[in-house]
Amino acid sequence: MTSSTLPEQTAAVPAEEPVERSLPSWFYILIVLMIMIVFFSIWHGTKFADRTNFQNIALDASQLMLLAIGSTFVIITAGIDLSVSAMLVLSAIVGGKVMVHFSGSPEQVRKYEFPDQNTGIPLGLAAAILTGLCVGMINGGIITKLKLPPFITTLGTLGICLGLANILSKGSSVPYVPIDITREIGAREIGGVRLLVIISATVVIIAAIMLRFTRFGRYTFAIGSNATAARRVGINVDRHLIKVYALSGLLAGVAGAFDLARFGTANASTHSTDNLNAISAVVIGGTSLFGGMGSIIGTVIGAFIPATLRNGLVIGGINPFYQQVLVGGILLAAVYFDQRRRKAEERM
Amino acid sequence: MAERTPVLATRGISKWFGPVRALTNIDFEVYPGEVVALIGDNGAGKSTLINVITGVLPHEEGEITFEGKSVNLTPQEARRLGIETVYQDLAIAPHLDSVANIFLGREYRQPGILGKMGFLDSKQMRSDTLQQLSRLRVRIKNIDRRMTTLSGGQRQGVAVARSVRWASKVVIMDEPTAALGVAQSGMVLDLIKEVRNSGIPIIFISHNMPHVFEVADRIEVMRLGELVAHLDPKTNSIDDAVSAMTGSIRMPTGATIK
Repeated sequence: MTSSTLPEQTAAVPAEEPVERSLPSWFYILIVLMIMIVFFSIWHGTKFADRTNFQNIALDASQLMLLAIGSTFVIITAGIDLSVSAMLVLSAIVGGKVMVHFSGSPEQVRKYEFPDQNTGIPLGLAAAILTGLCVGMINGGIITKLKLPPFITTLGTLGICLGLANILSKGSSVPYVPIDITREIGAREIGGVRLLVIISATVVIIAAIMLRFTRFGRYTFAIGSNATAARRVGINVDRHLIKVYALSGLLAGVAGAFDLARFGTANASTHSTDNLNAISAVVIGGTSLFGGMGSIIGTVIGAFIPATLRNGLVIGGINPFYQQVLVGGILLAAVYFDQRRRKAEERM
Repeated sequence: MAERTPVLATRGISKWFGPVRALTNIDFEVYPGEVVALIGDNGAGKSTLINVITGVLPHEEGEITFEGKSVNLTPQEARRLGIETVYQDLAIAPHLDSVANIFLGREYRQPGILGKMGFLDSKQMRSDTLQQLSRLRVRIKNIDRRMTTLSGGQRQGVAVARSVRWASKVVIMDEPTAALGVAQSGMVLDLIKEVRNSGIPIIFISHNMPHVFEVADRIEVMRLGELVAHLDPKTNSIDDAVSAMTGSIRMPTGATIK
């Protein structure tokens, strides 16, 4: 650089000082969650601030958490996955059917006898997870190879999966699922923590590491930030996007398996707004719908907010439907403040 | 110059878009350590020629040689051989930081099993970036900040630093100063000189004649898909260049204006 360009450089520096070390975008929403916890703790005392109750909140949040983790990756690529709720119920129903089929003869299961449940239960859980994975890969394939927008693609597969789920279950709950799955898996605790919560927490940790420290995460951000730039430097954008939608499907499949483990059945009429709840959790957590920005920790906080609110309101004897109203308001406020903050940061 | 081998050369390249002839019989060479400017009006075929050279577009006639050997380039192959392109529209990911952009698609990974699992070696990439930027004298206050927080000149600086980091043979710059202010353009032009002095030749495409005459060692003029003149910035004037670009003086193909 010659001396003639130096003044421009030094002149540009002071304007950048105020945003030298900006707080992560999830920091403010963490404060909101903390205030909520403190508020309910003061209001309800140990009825809220209690180990068992926190366990309930964690269990309540664990399924939405899985969907929201998948959606975090998808939304960071500037995509969207509306089909997560439908993938969840289809996976649960396919898994339930497979489980029943392999656990005993039709006559035996009707008498709630499951002689082969040790084969049936693992096969059923695997079938649930595989179903989600397959639908996720189909989503990715349609988006990258047929070049349909993610919104339309996953709206289509949402309908297809929900329809198939209703056809398979004949519109009702899957009957004769071995009872042991709820006893042995759903209710199981390890070191005083529910197994399902441990699984969900493990997924969170792995996802956070993947997003932050691996090439997979780096490419996820790069594609959402500028897909053309990613292509020009030789990143196989299509292959990566298929992987991201497959991951979303896989986690929806795991969440479907959770349904079987928690409730011992599956029903296509459940979880109908979980896709939108997952997107809310991701966006409340500071992930940008325009892609390129986001974090797992934000999503975790975003997924705990509705669960905490519902729990606190129910204990207080307040109609839990207020939770929906409040979460909607928080979503709007969170996005508004986040946008303002980012504008300020990017102003030169 | 004749006894040296060009790093990259085209012989009789022609290219059609359907019935439209976009390039006619192009002979173009780049030698080590020089800045060749490629100038011409809009639609003269500059970008088409660059896209053919970098393997983005196929060509119908003629041959491309790299270090004297005939090659059939794809974009991946061009990159592998050490040919890098800086695009006019800044092919950077604005939400990533400078380090991530410079190493995008070519990240260092941790040694051993962690690397196989895709874990990045951020420390090594960071120190390499600091070295690279200081070698090119690009000043960026904080390389861990998102590109959106940098000025246009700093962003282009990172884009150039990236291409130079990976270009062992040729850097192609397509209008690198088009979107920049005066001071920022000056920074990019200085960068171009730094790169040339390190021995790596540059193909510099620009509409800006003062910029071209400031950095170019040779000027190739394109008009309507043909190379119509070779100019020497030391002996020819900006008026000569404009005349050749617009066709207001006619000359046999490839003539040198004296």
